[in-house]
Amino acid sequence: MTWTFVFALAAAAYAFKVLGLVLVGDRRLPSVLDRCLALIPAALIAAIVVKDTFSIGQHLQFDARAAGVAAAAVAAWRKAPLIAVIVIGATLTAALRAAT
Amino acid sequence: MKPWRDERLRPVLAACVTLGFAVGVFAVSFGVTSVSAGASVGQTCVMSLLVFTGASQFAAVSVFGAGGSAASAFGGAALLAARNSVYGLAMAPHLRGSLGRRLVAAQLTIDESTAMAAAQEDESHRVAAFWITGLSVYLFWNVGTLIGALLGSAIDPKVLGLDAAFPAAFLAILWPLLRERRSALAALIGASVCVVLIPFVPVGIPILCAAVGILVGVPSPTVAAPVGFEVQS
Repeated sequence: MTWTFVFALAAAAYAFKVLGLVLVGDRRLPSVLDRCLALIPAALIAAIVVKDTFSIGQHLQFDARAAGVAAAAVAAWRKAPLIAVIVIGATLTAALRAAT
Repeated sequence: MKPWRDERLRPVLAACVTLGFAVGVFAVSFGVTSVSAGASVGQTCVMSLLVFTGASQFAAVSVFGAGGSAASAFGGAALLAARNSVYGLAMAPHLRGSLGRRLVAAQLTIDESTAMAAAQEDESHRVAAFWITGLSVYLFWNVGTLIGALLGSAIDPKVLGLDAAFPAAFLAILWPLLRERRSALAALIGASVCVVLIPFVPVGIPILCAAVGILVGVPSPTVAAPVGFEVQS
């Protein structure tokens, strides 16, 4: 990672925040754009979850992480707090690795 | 009125600060993973101070850690950062005041502060919840990042299962979104596109391509969904 990357990402992230709060403000966006932008977190976060659970680089791989994340999913479904979900996922994965 | 003088606001304040603390724990795992993905302690901390939007930072670091290019890391992280402009739109009617004040508020416009503000019914509580959550998350996120980055060179994240902590945390953030039918469908499409592309394209690109899932938002909600297009809720 380079410093250029860090500052470029910082500038982009802040630009998006200012765009919504300060520049657009009360003006409305076309509603179709509004609806699509609202779905960005769901589409991208779901992709990151499967990538980080089932792949290493360009290889699909099914290992201890899958069990850990499955347990975390159950915890999230039971409305466990964020910390509990993270700890359950990490601990089960670490325990399975230690046991095998 | 000072928010902490208002009795009814105390439980809100407590919830905001607790959320900040939870995010701080998450930040420790960000710091560890960022350093083990090849970023320096300084770069990791500056990212948290200036970028300050967790999902983008995690996405960037996770692409670098897997050997992806800077361009694909930037693309995925920037796309995730784009949602903050939607939060800004939602908060704009509530956050009045000088330009300087709004420019500071902009940096604090993230998932947590917007969600806590949206959860309040009283207008003054809404504004207080936004600021308190934003500032407490900012503080805890940066302290947590520093601790994680310093620990990162000392511990192997795999032994502690921290590589699974990432997707677990993302899953916890994703879960409440899935209750809404369109979001669930967008998530399903995003995840499927990503998993299918992983073996065939460079690291980071599958995440970008997952953005096609947002096209679920194109049809107007007033038009009935075609038969066979319903998702069980």
